[in-house]
Amino acid sequence: MLSNIGNFLLFLNILLSCLAIYFSVSCLKTTNDLVLKKIYQTSLLQCTTILISFFTLVAAFIISDFSVINVYENSHSQKPLFYKISGTWGNHEGSLLLWVIILTVFSYLFLILNKNHPKNYRLYTLVIQNLLILGFLIFILFNSNPFSFVSPLPNEGLGLNPILQDPALAIHPPLLYVGFVGSSIYFSAAMASMITNYSDKLFAKSIKTWVLISWSFQTLGILVGSIWAYYELGWGGFWFWDPVENASLLPWFAMTALLHSLLVLEKRNALYFWTIILCLLTFILSVTGTFLVRSGILNSVHTFANDPTRGIYILMYLSLMILASVYILFTRYKPASIEINSNSKETFVLVNNWFMMFYLITVLLGTLYPIFTDAMTNNKISVGPPFYNSVIIPVVVLFLFFMAIGPNVKWIKNKFINFKIYLLIFLAAVLLNFIIFSFFKSYSVISNLIVISSLFLIFSSIFDIFKKSSYNFPRVISHLSFGFLILFIGLNHNFSIEKDFNLKVGETKQIDNFKFYLKDLKLTQDTNYKTITGQLKVNDLFTKEERILKPEIRIYDNPKTLTYEASIQSNFLRDYYLSMSNIDRSEYYNIKFQKKPLMIWIWISVATLSLGGFLSLIRHAKYN
Amino acid sequence: MQNIIKLITVFILVFILTIFYLSLNRSSNYDTKFLVGNKLADIELKALESEKFFTNNDLKNNNYTLINFWASWCAPCRIEHQFLMILSKNENIKILGVNFKDKKINALNFLEELGDPYYYLAMDSSGKQSVNFGIYGIPESILVDNKLNILKKIIGPLNEKDLEEIEKIIKS
Repeated sequence: MLSNIGNFLLFLNILLSCLAIYFSVSCLKTTNDLVLKKIYQTSLLQCTTILISFFTLVAAFIISDFSVINVYENSHSQKPLFYKISGTWGNHEGSLLLWVIILTVFSYLFLILNKNHPKNYRLYTLVIQNLLILGFLIFILFNSNPFSFVSPLPNEGLGLNPILQDPALAIHPPLLYVGFVGSSIYFSAAMASMITNYSDKLFAKSIKTWVLISWSFQTLGILVGSIWAYYELGWGGFWFWDPVENASLLPWFAMTALLHSLLVLEKRNALYFWTIILCLLTFILSVTGTFLVRSGILNSVHTFANDPTRGIYILMYLSLMILASVYILFTRYKPASIEINSNSKETFVLVNNWFMMFYLITVLLGTLYPIFTDAMTNNKISVGPPFYNSVIIPVVVLFLFFMAIGPNVKWIKNKFINFKIYLLIFLAAVLLNFIIFSFFKSYSVISNLIVISSLFLIFSSIFDIFKKSSYNFPRVISHLSFGFLILFIGLNHNFSIEKDFNLKVGETKQIDNFKFYLKDLKLTQDTNYKTITGQLKVNDLFTKEERILKPEIRIYDNPKTLTYEASIQSNFLRDYYLSMSNIDRSEYYNIKFQKKPLMIWIWISVATLSLGGFLSLIRHAKYN
Repeated sequence: MQNIIKLITVFILVFILTIFYLSLNRSSNYDTKFLVGNKLADIELKALESEKFFTNNDLKNNNYTLINFWASWCAPCRIEHQFLMILSKNENIKILGVNFKDKKINALNFLEELGDPYYYLAMDSSGKQSVNFGIYGIPESILVDNKLNILKKIIGPLNEKDLEEIEKIIKS
């Protein structure tokens, strides 16, 4: 029943999408500057029907309607309600539906919120966005249909992958999707802008809201994903340069660059084509990321099943998108006529963009290189953290200095007048850095540089608040947060302690100034899994701190899986992180222990970084 | 100049998309089960105790060959060694031992202590040759016939059951 409703609604959506394109194209030919009412209606109807079809799927999950293959494969009647609901987008088909929802809702919102922009620009955006929607709808309906029917009716479902049963996961995909699927709307707008020659500052204004929304959500989405990997997957850190993490970071770099180049376009009417390229690039990278993780080329928790036909489809979609956008870009491209002074804000924004492109290319190369070598030479290699750390970290030092100075540079032509102040700030940063390092008695050139440059950025951002009467508060928040983020990462990285050893019940082990005692193991039965909980006493002989940590090994029934839940004790100064895994045919357990300073501040910095984006959104809405 | 940049851009994009397409049909899960039933890849292994090289042709003279990957530092290899010793007494099969990422002196001591079941003894000190066989950990053993078809692949130490199965295959 629900399966039929869902399928009908998907068909209806394809029809509505075609109608929206048809109406828009016929409205393009009219001479008056009004968008026809029926276009608004069609677009609104699209939103409504796609949302209803989504809720139909949610309903199927809630009532455990196993006649829907998607529910059968990803749910179980014994599962808590919360995870039944979040299971809707915890699988390939359901998450694609979420994709289309965001494409559709953004399409409608863009149409109604940009009424003061030219008709043809809005209509072309709508047409292109609907082509994107259509592509995805066809993909869903004919390849990855969440409403496919299963017969005979199974009694029980197969259950949701246990690592996906986590509150962070319930919100991670929607946040990230608003981020990178949201970038579709300025992809469409950029295409429309080139087609209709709508290339001035007003174009920048029309997409700024959307860039801010997607950037802020993307930042939050990455944050939640990272927190999830830390607490749920027990990865033991905040970032691993895993190809899947990289896939979400690539569009973020492009978005960040775009956010800054938009400033130049808005103020100075320059860098138009560069901005366009960034608009196109952001969404292309988003789809590329989707392709890499969904096709099974990269193995990860996001690779729901290895199905090459999916890969082929997304690849075709991606190729068409790239070819169309490159074709339009090349036919419309005109070299810029405005000269940019080398000492001006424009240059500093460009410098930001170069840095972003550098990071982007580095991460892109690191992510794609193993795929290339495998396809061309049959060699399986992997690119790990040492590559990224050694290429990116030294460059970050330089970047932070530019980031500190950039915001205070004047448009068009700048003169450095506050040179002395920067020197003072720099000296203060160096001083504080040496205090920190002498206190902890550890030394490495690169971590010193990281700490100095991040302190320099922090101090100069704080200085901006006191110095200027009118300063851009959201900008200060974001730059300040970024400074803190790098500072905390640097300190965390430098002063983390990691121990790896085996222990059996009743045994005590002392390593350096830590004493570990495995007191007891407890077996408990939960609704859908059994748990072995270890009771580990950790003594820090240096600080005289004593903690009991309780790592878990969970044994799930449906599907039969083992997961390891790390025990993490956080406070504002440090995290104790302990995970335990069984060793086959042995009474010993493998223990991984880490003491990580300032962990929680890394999450807080990213959260405030994204807050800066939201504040900027409010500010932008107020002044426009 | 502009046209050259355009051309290069298009070339790079097409290149990336082509690689993506080619990668789609490759399995990214590292699994060697599919090797059973296939022919053995071309081999060229250096002997441990001489300058001689072993190739596929050496194996074609035997009815059956078991290629066993081992090292002196590998504890499970010690456990399976007794079964290799039993198997080495069988006339119908020859064992090719590939000493994996090991020191020659340690390897020879290992054999002196536990006995030498190997008809051929080759070494792979870098571990690269073994990867070509589809090995991803040791011990592993590959059973081939005189046409170099892979009949069986045993991942981990040989046990009694494996031994029985191998004996059953080589009897027929």
